Amino acid sequence: MTRRSYDIVIVGSGAGGGTVAQELSSLCQDGVRIAVLEKGAKLRAEEFTGRELEMAQVLYEDAGGFLNAERTMTLAFGSTYGGSTAVYTGTSLPPPEHVLQRWNVPNCTFADVEQRARKFMTENNVHFLEGKWINENNRLFVEGCEQLGYRAQQFPVNLKGCRGSSLCNLGCPNQAKQGTDRVQLPRAERNGVEVITRCEVLRVGEKTIFARVHAKPPGGKGEPSPWQAGDYQIDAKVIVVCAGAVNSPALLMRSGMGPRLPRLGRGFTCHPAFIMVAEHGRAITNFVGHPKSFYLDQFAQSDRFLLETCMYFPFTTAKAMAGFGEEHSRFMRAFPRLQMILVLACDEVNAYNRVTVDGSGRPVVHYRCTPEVMRALVRGAITSAKIFFAAGAERVHLPVARCATIERTDVERLNQIAEHPDFMTGKISVSAAHLQGGCAMGRGPADSVTDGFGRVHGIPWLFVADSSLFPNSLEINPYLTIMALADRVAETIRKDVHALL
Amino acid sequence: MTVLSPVRSIFRAVVSTVVPEAKDLSEAGWSELLTLVETTLQNLPRAMHRQLRLSIRTIQWLPVFRYGRCFTSLSAEQRRQVLCYLQDHRLEVIRCGFWGLRTLALLGYYGRPEGVHATGYGADPRGWEALR
Repeated sequence: MTRRSYDIVIVGSGAGGGTVAQELSSLCQDGVRIAVLEKGAKLRAEEFTGRELEMAQVLYEDAGGFLNAERTMTLAFGSTYGGSTAVYTGTSLPPPEHVLQRWNVPNCTFADVEQRARKFMTENNVHFLEGKWINENNRLFVEGCEQLGYRAQQFPVNLKGCRGSSLCNLGCPNQAKQGTDRVQLPRAERNGVEVITRCEVLRVGEKTIFARVHAKPPGGKGEPSPWQAGDYQIDAKVIVVCAGAVNSPALLMRSGMGPRLPRLGRGFTCHPAFIMVAEHGRAITNFVGHPKSFYLDQFAQSDRFLLETCMYFPFTTAKAMAGFGEEHSRFMRAFPRLQMILVLACDEVNAYNRVTVDGSGRPVVHYRCTPEVMRALVRGAITSAKIFFAAGAERVHLPVARCATIERTDVERLNQIAEHPDFMTGKISVSAAHLQGGCAMGRGPADSVTDGFGRVHGIPWLFVADSSLFPNSLEINPYLTIMALADRVAETIRKDVHALL
Repeated sequence: MTVLSPVRSIFRAVVSTVVPEAKDLSEAGWSELLTLVETTLQNLPRAMHRQLRLSIRTIQWLPVFRYGRCFTSLSAEQRRQVLCYLQDHRLEVIRCGFWGLRTLALLGYYGRPEGVHATGYGADPRGWEALR
C-alpha cells in the first residue's frame, strides 16, 4: 500500500466537493496541501459524444441504473469529474425560504444560505435563456399552463455558449454548462489543489483515508488517473466528505461510524419522479434546444408535486413509459412529435427510507413511495395530462392509468383515473435524481449527523459538504443550495485552519 | 458461454413481444442487440445472472398451465397476455422482475443506432446549427 499525506482531503468533486476545493484553494499559497479524490474519470472534450448508453456508462454510477433495495426505483447520480454537475441540466434555483425555516438548523439561516447561493449564480453565469433559444417542447408547456391559468416559470440556467444540443444529461458536448467541472475545479487546480480521478475511497480512519486507484480500462473513455493503480493510505488533518446522499452516509457507515452516529443514513429523500409523454399531430422542436427551461411549482405546497419540462433519450424514454408492445412502440416511433413533462413529488423524511450498506460495504438505498407520494405523483400526472391537451396534444401516455393511452377525445377519463389510479410500484418506472439527506445537519447526535456547518458530531476533523446535509426535502433542484452549504463548510475550515492543521 | 446463451431463443421471443418491430430484425441486428444486453449484464453480480435465467425459463414454462404450450410456441397475442399477467401481478417482486427483463429488452432494441434512428430521434451536438 502506497502512503500519501495531505493537509486537507476532499472526497468527491460534485457541487459540494468542487465548491469546497475552490473555496479552500487560496490556502495552497500558504503551503497547505489539498487533494480531491474522485471515483469517476475526467473525460476529454471530444469524448462527450451524446450517445446514450456509451455516455451513461462513463458518467453515472451503475450507468444510471442504480436501483433501490426494493427494485422499484432507479436513482441517477453522477460519477465523474464534476459529479452530478456534469450531467444535470444546469437549472439553478436559490433555496426556498420556507424550506430553510422548516429545517430549523441552528446557525443556518435562510439569509446566509441564500446570499451564498447568489454568489454562485454570478460565478456560474446563471441567467434566463433568451426566448429565441426556447424550443417548442418548452413553449407548449407554457402555452398549456396559460390555457389552464397556471403560472409556469422559467428556470435560471448556468450556461455559457449553449448550442442547444439537448444532451445535458449525457454531459454537454460543447462544455457550455457551468458545473464544478467547468468553473470551480479548474480554478482550484490552478491554485494548487490536486484532483485524483479514478480514486475510490474505501473507508475513513482516524485522520486517514484508505482508497483504491483504478487503472483506465482498455479502450475506455477519459484520462488516466494521475496516480498509479493500486491501494493507498492517505493521511489528512481534515477530511471533507462530499460523495453525495448515497455514497457519503455509506462511506461513514463502512468506516464504522454508525454506532456513534445513530442518524447516519436516516432521513433520505429524493423527489421521486416519472416522465410523462404526449404526442402532437406535427413534429415539434424537442431534441434540439435546452431541455428543461420551465417549471410549475404552484402545487408544491397544496398537492406536493412539481412539474418540469424535460426531454430524454430513446432508451430512457422507452424505459420510463409503462407497458410494452404496439401502444408503447407507437409512442416511440412518434419521437419528433413528443412533448415531455417530468412529475416530481415533494417527499418527506420518514422512518423507513434510508441508506445502509451491504456485507461488502456497497450502499443500499431503502425507499418506498408513501401513499402521500403516490397521491402527489398521480395528481401531477393528471395535471400534466391536462397541460398536454391544453397545448394541443392528440394523445397522452398516462402511466397511472390501467389503459395508459388517453386520446384527446377521451379527456373526461382523466377525472375517473384521478379517483381510481392504477399506481403499481414495480410496474411504473419511478426514478430520482435529487438525492438528499443521510448525514443531516442538526443540533446533536440524537437528531442529526453534523452541526450547522457540516462538522460531524464529536469528530472535529471530519466534515460533510453535499446534499446529504439536507435535513428534509428541498422541494426544488438542489445544486445551488449544495454549493451554498459547501461554501459554509469551507469558510468554517478556513476560520479554524490553525487549530485544525 | 454468455449469460443468455442457454435461454437465447426465449429471450428473443420476449424481446419481440416487448418491441414488436424486433421480429423484423436481421441476424446482424439480433447479434448487436444481444451484445448490448450481454455487455450490460457483465456489470451485474453472478447471482443476478442466475435469477435472470431462472425468470426467463419460468416465462417459457408458465404458459403450459394455461395454454398447454410453452412461451415460444404461443401466438403473438398469447405471448402479450402472458407478459401482461407478469407486469400486473399482485406480487411486487414479480412486477419488479418483469420490469427488469423489459428494461433489458428495451435497452437492447433502443440502444442500437438503428433502433434510435427508427424512432426519428436525432439530437446533434451542434444543436440549433444542425437544424438549419
